Amino acid sequence: MTTTPHAQADTRLTARRIQSKSRRLREALIAYSFIAPWIIGFVIFTGGPIVASFALSFFKWKIITPPRYIALDNYIKMFSDDQWFLLSIGVTLKYLLLYVPLAQLLALLLAVLLNQKVRSLGFWRTIFYLPAVVSGVAGSVLWLWMYHNELGVINNVLQLIGFEGRKWLYDTDVVLGALVVKSLWNVGVPMVIYLAALQGMPQTLYEAAEIDGGGDWTNFRSITLPMLSPAIFFNVVIGIISGIQTFAEPYVMTRGGPENATLFLGLYLYQTAFSYLNMGYASAMAWIMFVVIFTLTFVQFKLANRWVYYDG
Amino acid sequence: MTTHNTLLTTKPSQRSGYTLDGAQKLRVFLLGNRFAPGFLRQLIVYSLLTILATLFLVPFYWMVNTALKPIEQVITLPPTWIPHPIRWENFVQAMTMPYESSPPVYIYAINTSLITFNGVVATILSSAMVAYAFARMEFPGKNALFMGILGTLMIPFAVVMVPQFIIWKNLNWLDTLWPLMVPHWFGSAWNIFLLRQFFMTIPREYDEAAIMDGASRWRIFWSILLPLSKPALAAVGVFAFVFFWNDFLGPLIILSTPKNFTLTIFLVNFTVTYSRTTSWNLYMAAALIIILPCLVLFFFSQNAFLKGITISDFKR
Repeated sequence: MTTTPHAQADTRLTARRIQSKSRRLREALIAYSFIAPWIIGFVIFTGGPIVASFALSFFKWKIITPPRYIALDNYIKMFSDDQWFLLSIGVTLKYLLLYVPLAQLLALLLAVLLNQKVRSLGFWRTIFYLPAVVSGVAGSVLWLWMYHNELGVINNVLQLIGFEGRKWLYDTDVVLGALVVKSLWNVGVPMVIYLAALQGMPQTLYEAAEIDGGGDWTNFRSITLPMLSPAIFFNVVIGIISGIQTFAEPYVMTRGGPENATLFLGLYLYQTAFSYLNMGYASAMAWIMFVVIFTLTFVQFKLANRWVYYDG
Repeated sequence: MTTHNTLLTTKPSQRSGYTLDGAQKLRVFLLGNRFAPGFLRQLIVYSLLTILATLFLVPFYWMVNTALKPIEQVITLPPTWIPHPIRWENFVQAMTMPYESSPPVYIYAINTSLITFNGVVATILSSAMVAYAFARMEFPGKNALFMGILGTLMIPFAVVMVPQFIIWKNLNWLDTLWPLMVPHWFGSAWNIFLLRQFFMTIPREYDEAAIMDGASRWRIFWSILLPLSKPALAAVGVFAFVFFWNDFLGPLIILSTPKNFTLTIFLVNFTVTYSRTTSWNLYMAAALIIILPCLVLFFFSQNAFLKGITISDFKR
């Protein structure tokens, strides 16, 4: 049997197609073997637990007694019969409202200063970044000592320059602010992000602006800020997600006090789960935390279209 | 038009037939021009930097100062700014003083080191593997899976905390180091993202040449991509080190007997035992020793830290 060249080409094409299909399949299998760790880990340590946590939130379960189904009671209790839960949400949101904007301002200020062609940039940057490696417990312990009523450096320096010290960690009016100041000390990461964004800006924009005769402030508002908006967006999103979960600072410095003024949601949740062993209720609270994070992030992504500028 | 351009691109001194009179020179000196920042501007910049740097450093100074003082000087008012005499024994004492029914501090250091070492190696290897597939290979569901990985960044630890605790309880792993080591072998979302971004900057020609030579994907990953990605891997590694070294909530939930404690738990228990008492010099000495590895690491690998933060083009 003779085949026309045309038919021959056709068979070859089909063969190649089959071959390439099986090659694609093999490639996909190899790819899945590369991502297998994440898939397995996700199912066991994230996906499964999320589902379990959601289910648990409809149960009353104190570890020692068997879980009892109570439908929405945990959620109802949270919003009607638990003064501490709403309080902890309030504390956390108040902290975010203070911390997130102030952190952006400070990080931006430092980044703009460092971007002024300063000498020994590395030296200054090291100083401002250094506290970021001492976040968490050790940093909190250090600030506990700084805020000490009589012996702490803060009150002593204030007295030295003629102000009266406060009982920073024992005064409901100032304690949240005191924790914000401690967190501002760890502002290194957003600062470096802003600095990198500033250094990556095309100089031509400023040269063009100079022809138009804009001053420093006009330049900052009409060029720098829009060009920085992706970095600002990123830092705000991350700042909120991590800020809501604040735990080590209040745990070490205030244990939620005085008078629950620093009872952060993360701290209250931990106590509910592991001090009162109220696993079902803690899971319901965790889900509310998740919903809050999700909503805030979602809203920000929606709003981003209006103010975040991508030069693509 | 041409004059305009010359004005912008040449220094004033180079422009022919154009000289500055005294007043103009003073003006340039104070306010600067587009070639050199003015004196006033520099003054403001360096003053602000100095003030802020001082504020940022005071806590460290206060820590070192306290850690080196004898106790009498800790409790005198007003506080002294220079310890005299310097009491180095504080460090020894902080590390060896007997705490209620607890093992010597080096046990905690060993536990923390094990967790940290495991965490760094596990995070780097597992995240790099996953990142490689997303950077280089095609497979069904790729985009959806990648969005899923980024989506997990929004999940608070609190949501998975209780069910994970139950898993460890059923495995009889509570109060062991396993729960603090095993889960990190499954990739971490943020690092997968970072490494994927980095891998995508490595030219594909390397891979393609190796494929021509008959190398497998695993071989390409191991012998080509990983060695080329050392800076990015170092960046992920230093952040993982700082994270695991400072981790607190994980150990707090899992560990209950002193011999299994980590340094962070030891440090917090120090507050419980000695809180609001006066051993602040020993307390600060202990805290200083505990943060030292992170500080040293930072001083010697600053570029890795900076790279780790700026590696991702977080636009979009």
